Formats: sequence, structure tokens, C-alpha cells
Amino acid sequence: MTTKLFGEPVQRVEDAKLVTGTAHFLDDLGHDALGVAFVRSPHAHARLLDIDASGALDVEGLVAVYTYEDLLAADEAEGSSVSHALPLLIPHPCLHAPRTGYALARDKVNHVGEPVVMVVARDRYLAEDAAERVVVTYDFLPPVVGVDNARRAERTVHEDVPDNVAAHMLQQVGDVDSAMAAAPHRLRLDLDIERSASMPMEGKGVLARWDAADGSMRVYSSTQTSTSVRAAVAAKLGLPAGKVECIAPMVGGGFGVKIMHPWPEEVLVPWAARRLDREVKWVEDRREHFVSSAHERGQLQEVEVGYDDAGRVLALDVRFWHDNGAYTPYGVIVPIITSTQLLGPYKPGAYRCEWWSLYTNTVIVTPYRGAGRPQGVYAMERTMDAIAAQLGLDRADVRAHNFITPDEMPYDHGLVFQDGRPLIYDSGDFPASLAKLKALAGWEDTLAMAAAARAEGRRVGVGIACYVEGTGVGPYEGAHVVVETSGKVKVATGLTTQGQGHFTSFAQIAADELGVPLEDVEVVTGDTRRFGYAVGTFASRAAVMSGNAIALASRRVREKALRIAGDALEADPGDLEIVDGSVRVKGSPASSIPLATVAVLSNPLRYAFDEASKAATQFATGDTDGPPIADDEEPGLEGTDYYSPTQATFANGMHVAVVETDPETAEIHVLRYCVVHDCGPLINPMIVEGQVHGGVAQGVGGALYERMEYDENGQLLNASFMDFLMPYASEVPHIEIDHLETRSPLNPLGIKGAGEAGVIPSAAVFAAAIEDAEGIVIRRMPISPSDLFELRRQHVAGDVPSLNRTPQGDGGPT
Amino acid sequence: MTAPEEIEQLHAVRLRVNGVWHDAQVPARRLLSDFLRHDLRLTGTHVGCEHGVCGACTVLVDGKPTRSCLMLAVGARDHEVITVEGLGTPEAMHPVQQAFRECHGLQCGFCTPGFLTTIAAFVEENPDPTEDEAREAISGNLCRCTGYQNIVKSVLRTAEITRDSRSSETSGDQEAAEEARNVSVDHDGRAT
Amino acid sequence: MKPSPFAYSAPQSLDEALAVLADVGGDGKVLAGGQSLLPILNMRLAAPAHVIDINSVAELSYVTVDADSVQVGALARHAEVEHDDPAYDALPLLRQALRLVAHPVIRNRGTTVGSLAHADPSGEMTAVLALTDGTVTAARAGSTREIAAADFFLGPLESCLEPGELAVAARFPRLPVRSGCTFVEVARRHGDYAVCGVAAVVTLDEGGLVVSARTAYISVAPTPLVLDLTEAVAGRAVRGVDWAAAGELAGTQVDPEADIHATADYRRHLARVLTGRALAEAAGRVAA
Repeated sequence: MTTKLFGEPVQRVEDAKLVTGTAHFLDDLGHDALGVAFVRSPHAHARLLDIDASGALDVEGLVAVYTYEDLLAADEAEGSSVSHALPLLIPHPCLHAPRTGYALARDKVNHVGEPVVMVVARDRYLAEDAAERVVVTYDFLPPVVGVDNARRAERTVHEDVPDNVAAHMLQQVGDVDSAMAAAPHRLRLDLDIERSASMPMEGKGVLARWDAADGSMRVYSSTQTSTSVRAAVAAKLGLPAGKVECIAPMVGGGFGVKIMHPWPEEVLVPWAARRLDREVKWVEDRREHFVSSAHERGQLQEVEVGYDDAGRVLALDVRFWHDNGAYTPYGVIVPIITSTQLLGPYKPGAYRCEWWSLYTNTVIVTPYRGAGRPQGVYAMERTMDAIAAQLGLDRADVRAHNFITPDEMPYDHGLVFQDGRPLIYDSGDFPASLAKLKALAGWEDTLAMAAAARAEGRRVGVGIACYVEGTGVGPYEGAHVVVETSGKVKVATGLTTQGQGHFTSFAQIAADELGVPLEDVEVVTGDTRRFGYAVGTFASRAAVMSGNAIALASRRVREKALRIAGDALEADPGDLEIVDGSVRVKGSPASSIPLATVAVLSNPLRYAFDEASKAATQFATGDTDGPPIADDEEPGLEGTDYYSPTQATFANGMHVAVVETDPETAEIHVLRYCVVHDCGPLINPMIVEGQVHGGVAQGVGGALYERMEYDENGQLLNASFMDFLMPYASEVPHIEIDHLETRSPLNPLGIKGAGEAGVIPSAAVFAAAIEDAEGIVIRRMPISPSDLFELRRQHVAGDVPSLNRTPQGDGGPT
Repeated sequence: MTAPEEIEQLHAVRLRVNGVWHDAQVPARRLLSDFLRHDLRLTGTHVGCEHGVCGACTVLVDGKPTRSCLMLAVGARDHEVITVEGLGTPEAMHPVQQAFRECHGLQCGFCTPGFLTTIAAFVEENPDPTEDEAREAISGNLCRCTGYQNIVKSVLRTAEITRDSRSSETSGDQEAAEEARNVSVDHDGRAT
Repeated sequence: MKPSPFAYSAPQSLDEALAVLADVGGDGKVLAGGQSLLPILNMRLAAPAHVIDINSVAELSYVTVDADSVQVGALARHAEVEHDDPAYDALPLLRQALRLVAHPVIRNRGTTVGSLAHADPSGEMTAVLALTDGTVTAARAGSTREIAAADFFLGPLESCLEPGELAVAARFPRLPVRSGCTFVEVARRHGDYAVCGVAAVVTLDEGGLVVSARTAYISVAPTPLVLDLTEAVAGRAVRGVDWAAAGELAGTQVDPEADIHATADYRRHLARVLTGRALAEAAGRVAA
């Protein structure tokens, strides 16, 4: 095959099974497993006084009821640590008061939904019946809800954290105070962005199977990191890692929420399986997902900016307060990302960012697609728009004045990124991205169209937002590639898949590197039995990390194949090529040997086991020089390699949104949505565009429809799809996309990540577009028609400022 | 309420699923979605919310798209149910399954079966939909992965494949009908 | 979320159904379409001891039209009523409202009479029944009664049906001659419950002057609210009417509540705005 697969919109190999309903998600496995339900705290903040499970014992089909006391007793008897606090995954020096929960509440509950009692029964129906009959007595404590209340600290979430502050960090570059004082212009913005959540269509689930004879545990989990779940389960259960396998089956979406681990259920289900010596399965329902998974996005922000007449930022001083929920198991990665990715494609003269991460009596906050970047971009882009409005300049021009230019790459911001490495942009051409976006959106014409519409009394507005995304963070990923004696190629990598098409894009890479047809390559992800060293799928890293590891491992296999084939064909490996699964002499295609045969030859045999393998037996090869396996060699046509980056590689993107609001009903319609993004060369353009589409839809949801509605008692009022409004097709606009491909200099394939791209600038771009449509300054997102109606009234009453529209002749906001 | 220590009464249910009659004994409260998935092991139908909003559980009951999480198995007695498995197999796909694959109409695939049954029924009634009609037809199912762009394309492609194979069949050209079902499209939706 | 256990009957005739209902009384819930009941059962917001599935009572499955009204049996699915052409000709308001009820999939199974009995103040069909001065026929073992819309809805999710009673039919009277009607609503997403919805009927005299302008609202009151706004527009020639004035009048007469989707003021504002739009649209539909 002479056509390269890299860069082709190849149809996905996994689709045949998915569209015929024959692929297996977590709940499609373990039909005979026992079912599990949990008694979860109905209170946001309470002391646990008593648990009376006697009512549950009468339920037909009940198998077991477990509380914290049972975990304690088990640890004592078995040397496990299931009663210990759940791990702090990512410690950081600035996280001075971390707190994690327990698999089952010990003596206190800190959010509605926290698991208190585990019920195991013949099936989920019966488990719910039994759970309903467990009586838990609580002593109600006043809850802390909302960043503002957490900040004021009149009440605390954790008694020993009197100011509710889990972490505090200050990063700065340059002398912000002097630069601010010296700046010709200054502005201050107070911003507010509210919680949403990943909300994959498939919730979490865990299935565990204990083999008592072998002392080994197999765990299936709908997770984004099977290797880390395995490690955590092994640690908690007191098992050697080698005695625990973890497999991620087909996963119905993750978007970040499934990178968090170990969930209490990921500890308890295996533990119960071992204790009961039965297969045990827990599959959460939608309400459970709302109150016992994770949310993200809530921050209050204060920005002070000093700038010159061209809108160049001379000093940027940011403070924000991040709501981390009741515990900090994932550390403070999200606010760290906000503080660093806030800079976007710009180079402020001096930058200071100080933030506090606060406890509230609500669900924990862990990464959701974007993972802190949307909040950072929101702060920066609202600031850019405010500067443009003040100066009466075109908003795209102001941004352009602040761009890091291509000749300044690599650009060192002087800060530390979320991977612990310096924040250095490796590549990117922001002026080119902007030029493409302006062309795609017809920037000047669109602004003019909007202005003309407004002159007629319609409320049409245009918004623009830019971002930079650090992708492909380490520590590493690895891959194993083997050519079997059948000629089929099996590829395994340890990270996981939740719909991103890895089974196809990774196969494209391997097929290209090895010169085999795509259909001969099979990729497995997320299975510790197949590849045991991995980190996980998050931070738009999978293609960069595993893609490169697979390329490197494939190259090892190729090199070995050419060497063995060279011996067989009596040719120099440098004169050989692999085409369509056959190794042949360049220019002399008749002189060839199938890779399948090379695979056979790679393993010198005493005993043939089939027709093909006879070629590798000792009398058939007739090779008597040196040992059959050389000193630095191994049998088999396979290779393992790892890719470990020195730092992240930075993708970028820019979006334009055009909206129209109804002057009477305040309904918000998206007229156009344009995306330009640069993630370097695309392995499969169809898959990348699909990722952008999905991100944009989540962005629309997060800007206009979704928010977590907590009341002052810490009750989540909208814990169902009826009231947490994710967009249907009718709410998502047609999405126009163009690409730029700036290679990354940091990895062999030159690629960057794209998974989160679509959602990152959405709050910013919609705030900008609606502000432009209404002529009212917008500082708080998300925004619903009711919110807009109230904002209009506040504006009329003089409580909210107007957008400054200075007459412009060149298409700037008018 | 049934006393907890009593075993729940079972009810006899006879229904036809994907063309096969099944007899079963189920508790009254067994949801049709759970019956299909766990009693019949037809796990292609997925459960996303159990309150009728997401649509992942949509199956065809007597040809009409229906939320299986909002039906009791006993309520499906004597009815005909078609699930995603009944639309087609990897070897012999329904036009809608083929269209989704060609148009990248799915990513994680969890919501997909609900869309497939809904669209299969829609195209039966609307053989030549406009893009707006296609979008409206799928606006009762949630997808978190695709942003719907390619699902809309998949609806139009389904209609196209169906029309092409029908016109080939009508003209007696079985081969062309077969071919129409196998034509690939590039990612811009152009047939290749 | 799985329902609590319940006893289950599937009566094959109306008499059988009424007999079972008489037996179980308040411990039972009737299952027709299930699109409202099943979510409630699944979330364990209700745990009835007995569920009476009336889907086999074939005699309740009908949509009929006569000179005065459209009659809908308890088992008529929303989709059947929606697509029934004679019913549309007799009372276009039915289809206009039904198209806004949830999504087509839900309408395949949900029943119109069931949604009336459910008495959700956001249910479009409650407004249609109220505005047309329709009735619900309630049967119990041994008797039936006709209940006027004005008496039927007592409060949010509360109808006046008593234990042992089954709503077997609804009757929607035709509109007076020279009437136009429409249903307008604002919802957060396609198919969602309305933030505010208005059914409107405008009636003209032979000279084209407005003699009646009436509206019914969902999502702004505990039960469907009917307003007669004729005084704001009576006697005007239909072309020159300031429907916004009727909207203003409506605004003074609704007292909505706030919830997570909308403030009370926004709802009131929508009532005003949508009233004007609905009445104008209804007026435009009066047959020449």
C-alpha cells in the first residue's frame, strides 16, 4: 500500500460493533454479578450518629450491608487499608490543607451524595429496596455553599481548616505593581463563572471478580486510567500490583470525570467481591452521578489590567477563588491550569496570579474537559474585550497587538505549568490562526452585518475568543507492538479510550510505520493485562503520548523485521521496504517475504506447531553462525517503547460566535459558530473535527444552559436531566471549522493534542457575543434568558454599565 | 408495599423481540430496558438516565420509537420490539448503521442505539428530509460526544442510502441496490 | 433508579379496571402512557402498592369528532390525537399544543387524558382543556361524572379525581365560529417544559371586529389560568388591534413563582409578551 494513512479521514474500525450494539460497556458485563446500591448522605454537612441496618436485613435477596465499622474490622483482620482516607492523588506544596474522604463515611458527611452504607443484594432492584430501609441518624451541621460564603468563613467545612482554604498559590513574572502604576490606562473586572460537569452519557461502573484460588482480582471500571485504578485497588486491598488487573471496557464518554480515582466504589466493589467470593457489580444511576461524581468550573475572579493606547497589556494582576467542593483528592490541578493557561497567546509585560482554593459542602471538583482553561480564558478574553471597548479598538486588533509572534517561539513565560515543568510554548502561529479565523468568519463583514442589524432594532452581536492549550503532558506513555505469525499486528497501549477513536487513529500510525494494511492492525487500550505501564487519558494527551509511543515501538519492530528479512533475502536492510505487509527489495518487488514469515523466523523453534512455523525450526533455517538468539536480541517480532516529553506541547485555537437575542423574550439564538484550531498534523481529520464538534456543544451547554443549582442548604436542586439542561441538537448551531497545522518540535510525529479544544473559549466567546448584541457589560456566566432579562432591567436601572461603543469607521464595535 | 421478606410475584410475559418470540416471568416493576439488557442479554440498548430524557434507551415498539426505561416489561406483553441488534448486524447493516459509520456519527457509541432506532423509524416516514427536518428529528436524544453535526449528516445519508437501494430494487437491479448500501463517503459527505 | 415493588393488574375491560380501582382505592396508581408515572416510580418519588395498567382496555382508545367537540378516550396517545386530521379540522388548538408536548417519542406513548389527570401546571393540554371549557369524564364502579375544567385542576399535580375514579375521556368543545387559535410558549430547550406558555383564542363578529380574546396559561400558576382579555381589545377591527394592550392586562393578572429556570418577574414578562404574540397569531388564523 503506497497511500499513507496518517492524515486520512479513515472510517473507524470500532464502529461496526458499536452501531450494531455488540460492543461491551461496563453494565453489559457480569450479568450474574451481585448488585450494589449505596445509602448516601441526604445532608450537605452533618455528623454521623448512628446507622441502623436492621430493617434492611429482611429484604429478600439481601447479601450484605457494610459500614465504615466493617472496613475498620477488615483492615485489622486482613492488613488492607480500605478504612483509610482515600488517596491524595497529586500533592503540591501550595496545597497546605488537603482533605480526602473515606470510602464509606467515618463520622461526618461533607456533601449530599457522600456514600455512607454499601448494600449488596441479588440485583440492583433489591439492593435499592434494602438501602431504603437503612436508617441513618445525623446531627445536622450548617453547610458552606458558594465561593463567597467559603471565603467569608463564618462557617467551616472541615473544623481544622478555619478559613476553608485548602490551597493558596502566587505566581508572578516581572514587577506587576510598578508596571501597573506606570500604565497609561487601567481597568478592573470582577468576574463570575459557575459550575457545570462532564456528564457523560454513561455513568460510572465497577465490576470485580476475585479468584480465591489464585489470590488475584480482576476489576472492570468505566475509567480513564486503568493502570492507576489497578495501583490504587492493589494498595487498598493489600495485594501486590501483579495480582490485580484492571480493564476499561468500552467507555461511554469521560470528559474528565472518569480520570478521578479511586472512587469509593472502585475500592469497595473489589473489596466486597473478595470478601463475599462472588462477582460484584455497581452501576451508578443518573442521580448518583450528579451527587457523587465531580463538578467543575466555579470561580470568582478579580482582574486588574494596565495597558497602553494600542491595548497592549503592560501589567496583569489576577486573583481568583476556586470552589473545590468538599475534598481535594485530585489536588489543585484545575486552578493551577487556570492560572497558567490564562495567558493564552499573549505576552503581558508583567503578570501576577494569586488564587485560593476553597472548601464548600458540595460535590468535589476535578477536571472537566478544559480543566481550568475555560476559566482562565474567560478572565483573559473578557479583559481583552474590556480593553478594546475602552479604547474603541477592534477586538481582534487588540488581541493581535498582544500576540506572541512565531519568531518569539519557543516562548518562556517564566511560570511553572501543571506538569511541574516550565511553561514554554514550543510552537504556534497566532497571527496566522487569527487570519484564518477572520477569513472563515468574514470578520469585517460580520461586524458590519451585526451593526446594521442593531441599527434596525435587532440584537445581533459578535464575539471572539482565543486560547492556548498545553497538551501531551507526561510523565509518559508506552506501547507494545507485535507482528504475529499470522501477519496480524497487535498494538497495546496502557491509556484508555472513551470515544476518541484511538482504535483507529493509533492503528493508522502503526500501519503507516510498519507498511501493513489498516485492517491487519488491532489496537487495545486500557487493559493492564496487555500493557501495564501507563498514566491515563486526560489533558488532550493520548495522541501525543501513545501515538508517539506506538510510532516508536513500531519503528523498533520495523527495524527488526528488516534485519531478519535482510538475512532471509540476503539483502541489506537499507535496501528493503515494507509494502502491504510484505518486506521487499526496493525496485525488485519479486524479491519479497511476507511479514508473517518474518515473524515466524524471529522465533527460532525446536518444535513446529503448524505449517508456517516449520520454516523456523533448526533444520529448516540451516543457520549455524552464532547463537539462534543474539546477546542483545529477543525472540519474536515485537517491540516496546515509551514516549516521555520534556514538557507539554502547545496547541491553540480561536473561535467566533454570532448570536441574536430576542428583544422581548431574551431568548438567545446562536446564528454562527466558527472555529480555527491548530493541533499540528492531524492523524485523522474526521476524528479531530468530531472532537471539536463535541467540545463546542459542551461549550454551548456550559455558556447558555448548564449550571449546578445548589441551594443554601447544599441541596443540588437540579440533579436530573430534566433540570440540568444539556443541549439537544436543536440547541447546537452548525459549526464551521478551519485548521492550521503548526508542527510540534517536541515529538517524533510533530503532533499536538485536540481533545479539549472545542470547549475552552466558549464562556468567553458567548459572553462577548451577547454583550455585543445587548450593549450591556456581561461579567457572569452562564447566562439564561431569565438571567438576560434581569440583566436588562438592572441595566435600565443603572446598576449595570453599558458596553462602551465608540463610533469606528473600520468595522470595530459600534 | 410488598413486605420485604416476600419474594416478588412474577408475571408471565410474551413478546416478540427482533423477530423472536420470548416467554418470560418477570416482576411487575422490571423495566423494559432492564428486561432487554439483562433478561434477554440484548445489551445494545443503553440506559443513560431512567427518566426518559436522554433517549439512549429508545427502541421501536410496534414500529414506534419508545423510551424503554419508561415502560414496564409486563407492559410490552404481546407487542413487537425492535432493538439496535434487530436493525442489522456487522455483516448486514441497516442503512442507518452504515450511514453512522460513514459519517462519523458516533464517538463513544453509548447514545447511538437510541439514535439509530429513532432515525430508522423517522426515515421510514420521511424518505427525503431537509437538513432542518433531520435536525428536528434527532432533537429528542442527547449526545455528549459528537455535537450532533455528524448525526444530522447521518440522517441525510441514511435517507440517501435507503432511496438509492429502493430505486435500485424497484428497477430490478439487485446489484446496484447492494452497492448503494456499500458506497463509502469521504468525511465531507461526498460519495467515493 | 428502580421502582419499589408493587402489585400489578392489567384489566382487559373498563368494568374490570373500575372494579380493581374500587378495591385498591388510594393505594393504587393508574398506568396509561407512563411517561409521567414511570419517572416518578423510577426515582421512588412515589411507591404505590398497586399499579393498574389500563393499556389493554381497548374501548378507551379512540379519538372522535362530532358537531360540538372532539372526544379523546383515555388510551388515545398524544401522537394519535396530534395526527388526527378530523380532530385538527374541528379544533386546531389540539395539534398546535400537542406539537409542543415533550418530544415525538414521548408522544408515541403518553396519553392526552393521562396528562390531564397528571395535572402538571406546565402541561400544555391542561391549558387547552381550560380554555375550551372542556370536561373530563371520570368513572367509578357504578357511575360516571363529567367534571368541568374549572373544577378539575386543584393544584400542582393534583386533580379532583378521587380514589377509585378513573379519567376515561376528555371532551374538547369546538370554538365558536369566526375564531382563530394558537399555542405559543418559551421553553429552555426544544421539548422542555415551558417557562411560560399561552393558548389563545380570538373570536370576531361578521364585521371583523373582535368580540372575544381569551387566553390560558401554563407554568405561571398552580393550575392552568384562564384569562378573558376581551376588555382590552373588544370592538376593534382585527387589523388595527393593539394586542400588546391585552398583554399588559394579562401581566397584571398573573402571579407566577420563581424556580431555578426563571424568576417570577421574567415569567410575568413572558406572559405579557407571549399573550400579545399569541392573540395576534390567533387573530390572523380566523378563517376569512
